[in-house]
Amino acid sequence: MARDGGVSCLRSSEMMRVGIGGMESQPLDLDEVHVLAVDDSLVDRIVIERLLRITSCKVTAVDSGWRALEFLGLDNEKASAELDESSSFRQVPVVIMSSENVLTRIDRCLEEGAEDFLLKPVKLADVKRLRSYLTRDVKLSNANKRKLPEDSVPVNTSLPPPPSPFTISPDSSDSSPPMTISPESSDSSPPLSPLEISSSPLSTPIDDEDDDVLTSSPAPEESPARRQKMRSPLD
Amino acid sequence: MELVQMQKSLQDYTKSLFLDNLKVEESVLGVIQKLEFMGVLDSQFLQLQQLQDESNPHFVSQVVTLFFQDSDRILNDLSLSLDQQVVDFKKVYPHVHQLKGSSSSIGAQRVKNACVVFRSFCEQQNVEGCHRCLQQVKKEYYLVKNRLETLFKLEQQIVASGGMIPAMELGF
Repeated sequence: MARDGGVSCLRSSEMMRVGIGGMESQPLDLDEVHVLAVDDSLVDRIVIERLLRITSCKVTAVDSGWRALEFLGLDNEKASAELDESSSFRQVPVVIMSSENVLTRIDRCLEEGAEDFLLKPVKLADVKRLRSYLTRDVKLSNANKRKLPEDSVPVNTSLPPPPSPFTISPDSSDSSPPMTISPESSDSSPPLSPLEISSSPLSTPIDDEDDDVLTSSPAPEESPARRQKMRSPLD
Repeated sequence: MELVQMQKSLQDYTKSLFLDNLKVEESVLGVIQKLEFMGVLDSQFLQLQQLQDESNPHFVSQVVTLFFQDSDRILNDLSLSLDQQVVDFKKVYPHVHQLKGSSSSIGAQRVKNACVVFRSFCEQQNVEGCHRCLQQVKKEYYLVKNRLETLFKLEQQIVASGGMIPAMELGF
């Protein structure tokens, strides 16, 4: 019953370089972000698409992880084999969207390489915030990443998380779910932003939430804390 | 009716959707659910309205219409699934979850909350509880559907009379 959803963003230039299908040629505009939104809910797809368009993102919305791979040209064996060695798709940030406000799951998503986590229903302010750090032209460097401190924002407050440096640990590669490409520590940051897609890696028997996914083009090195919307959940 | 009156009517009506004090009491196997003093809509609906502009003048009604189509289908599937001799909760649960998600996304607060209760009865594999929850969800759904359809009609009347939809003034 696992559902995926997600949004991934690549800069136009990167999308063209990795040969993404379905893209018309565009001038190289480094501020333009192309988002691949993945969500199995039609209503949510329409809403996230509008939210992203209104914040000046180009959007492609698909209804499953498989279609996302298809769109990216990663749906064949040859492509996925090449993926492990190539860093092309590695560093595109992934943002998870979910309706479940469970700290351990959120932490796990972040540890597995997600850049950020948005609690559904997604609001305009969430997307605007995302957008604001997506356009920063800072190269991703895995070597500088460190884990989020454990005593950060508790789950039930309604306060936004205080900005603090947040990075992804480079050594979380051993337990990657099948479809996730964990950021290995690499020698150098490639000029191209690779793509990360993460389907819902945390499904338990009942807990089959649609951990929707956002991946976005290069995240800044020093990113603000990505704990989002820790309001008291009604559910 | 004069344009100004229609606009005022719309404002009052819209406000009432958020501040409705209809009391609904439902006792499900000892658990009393009171959807009391709770609006049929919450602030997420206002979020949707923020996404509507000249370039997308019908965004809200378009999304809501999709929600209605989606929900009609889900409620139908749920009725069928729960009517089976042996209820397959593996089928029921994702439907409830989906309805919870979409109702949450458009701000249909009471539908969402009713789905939350429904979902926990699914987890408990409680058939009786699920049946009653389905009735509750349907009730809430038809209520918000009715209210939103009325809202859109009022808006259309104003636009047809050459007027503008007045901005919402709520302290959310």
